[in-house]
Amino acid sequence: MTVVDTSPSTAPVRPPEPGGDRRRTRTKQSGHWMPRLLVNVLLWGYAVVAVGPLVLMVNNALRTQQQIAAEPLGLPFPISFTSFQEAWVTASFDTYFTNSIVVTVTSVALSTFVSLMAAYAFARTRVRGLRSIEGLFLAGLMLPVHLAVLPLFFMLDQLGMTSNIVSLILVYTALGIPFSTFVLAVFFRQLPQELEEAARLDGAGPFRAFWSIMVPLVRPALATVVVFRFVPVWNDFFYPLILMRDRDSYTLPVGLTRFFGEYSTDWPQLFAGLTIATLPLVVVFLLATRQIISGLTSGMSK
Amino acid sequence: MAITVPRTARRRPPRNTGIQLGLVPSLAFIMPALVLFAVLIMYPMGAALSYSFYGWQGTARDGFVGFANYVTLLTQQPYADQLWRGFSHNLLLFAGAFVFQNSLGLGIALLLHRRQRTKRLFQTMFTLPYLVSPMVIGYLWSLMLSPLFGPVNAILRGVGLESLALPWLGDPALAIWMVVLVSGWQWIGFPILLYGAAIGGIPVELDEAASLDGATALTRLRYITLPMLVPTMGIVTVLTFIGAMEAMAIPFALGGSSGSPAGSTDVMMLLFYRTAFESGNPNSIGVSSALATVLFLFILGISVGITRVMRRAERRLS
Repeated sequence: MTVVDTSPSTAPVRPPEPGGDRRRTRTKQSGHWMPRLLVNVLLWGYAVVAVGPLVLMVNNALRTQQQIAAEPLGLPFPISFTSFQEAWVTASFDTYFTNSIVVTVTSVALSTFVSLMAAYAFARTRVRGLRSIEGLFLAGLMLPVHLAVLPLFFMLDQLGMTSNIVSLILVYTALGIPFSTFVLAVFFRQLPQELEEAARLDGAGPFRAFWSIMVPLVRPALATVVVFRFVPVWNDFFYPLILMRDRDSYTLPVGLTRFFGEYSTDWPQLFAGLTIATLPLVVVFLLATRQIISGLTSGMSK
Repeated sequence: MAITVPRTARRRPPRNTGIQLGLVPSLAFIMPALVLFAVLIMYPMGAALSYSFYGWQGTARDGFVGFANYVTLLTQQPYADQLWRGFSHNLLLFAGAFVFQNSLGLGIALLLHRRQRTKRLFQTMFTLPYLVSPMVIGYLWSLMLSPLFGPVNAILRGVGLESLALPWLGDPALAIWMVVLVSGWQWIGFPILLYGAAIGGIPVELDEAASLDGATALTRLRYITLPMLVPTMGIVTVLTFIGAMEAMAIPFALGGSSGSPAGSTDVMMLLFYRTAFESGNPNSIGVSSALATVLFLFILGISVGITRVMRRAERRLS
């Protein structure tokens, strides 16, 4: 509550602080030390608030129960990896982790592939009526689609596919279609038609022109789509919570709910579990920071 | 744009017939996505709506009951009370996040705009919590806020604020504020990036011209930067609203599926989950589908409403 109360007064009031317009222009050129110090304190201060808990999570995963009890904020000396080992083996994080990887990679790949084809058709079709299908997909971007989980559950249940990660893969594939087709169709529409024309004149069929000419050209958009679907699918806990009823089919976020119920006193192991669930994301984030930031803000300049 | 469109439209058809796709290849390209979307998203959405108009015995459909499930949801206990309690918490989540994003988030975006070298570094750090699973964030904070060994209370004791080392998640009056704070903390990276991009998109000439005319930094912020940010604020507000109404992972991690302590962290999605999967009511499908439909229409209606209001504000300002 305190944060919410104080922040409105600090942020908007800041700019006038240096005083009148004359001094403001001077700050811009030479850099007045007071406001610059204040800005630095604020930014680094919030950086600690934003990253601190995550650093603490990794830090405490590398310590023992006794160390945490004695000093909640100490450093991991001597360093200990036993909590990771325990979480991985005894708390079945190996199963959760494998499921998460399989589900995320397969569904993102599938969803990107079918969206790529659909987006190309949307961008290059002669048929007016297909616009309505594109509109339908777009509606999926804004609608709270996961409220329809109950019929989905019964449908999969009748097919005997609950607790089967294939159903999870298919659901995430479908959920990725609105966003992926939207981004890719925008890209396809920007590409010049002459390249395809040339390919078609040389005798390539529509699929050949699509696959050999167009797909390589939308590679930057593909990277955005893949990264942007990876994160929510990896993080989602709602669908596996409802659709996966068997421990062997849990993904990491749902595995965590069981794990926290059972190992609630073993703190290093809890922190290790959280770290395992976060690590692949950090890797993706570091590999694709630029895609993430430009993707989150794409369309903003229009 | 208005001039170029008719011209290209006139010229295009004869030129492009060679590569534009006809009906059969178009459908062939669209079919895989369409089938998946129709079976796994459209059909369940339609079915969820129809479920709410039927009575149910377990998983067997009884008969058409009209709006009876909606009446049950709004008038019978425990649904009626829990619905309003959850709803008020969702609103609180939205209000909290809105304040957080448009003060601290906007402030940080404005400050970062002037930075050259460290901008990307700060953006990365501030966005990190937004990318981590809300489930991980929720459980991480449940450990952080734990009364005895939790680092938050350890810090408070360390700096001599012993009296402030409270049972953050154990006290019903405090717990919901922790959910609001943790959610706000996680979501703030998103507006920082969006506002940052929008501020970067404002033509420098505008600011320079106003500056030459003697406008102070505050005046420029008020009459140039903020008006230009209105469309982005609209987007952020709508997405925050949807996120707040659908919030489930963080309340689940902090208070379990029943919103403990004493229902103080309950939200609508948890109520939906409990009604559908954890209640003994044989008609749980009917009532929970009614709840899903109400929630769906509410989110859709308000999102469209916010978008409209923001569009109007945008037009008035430009």
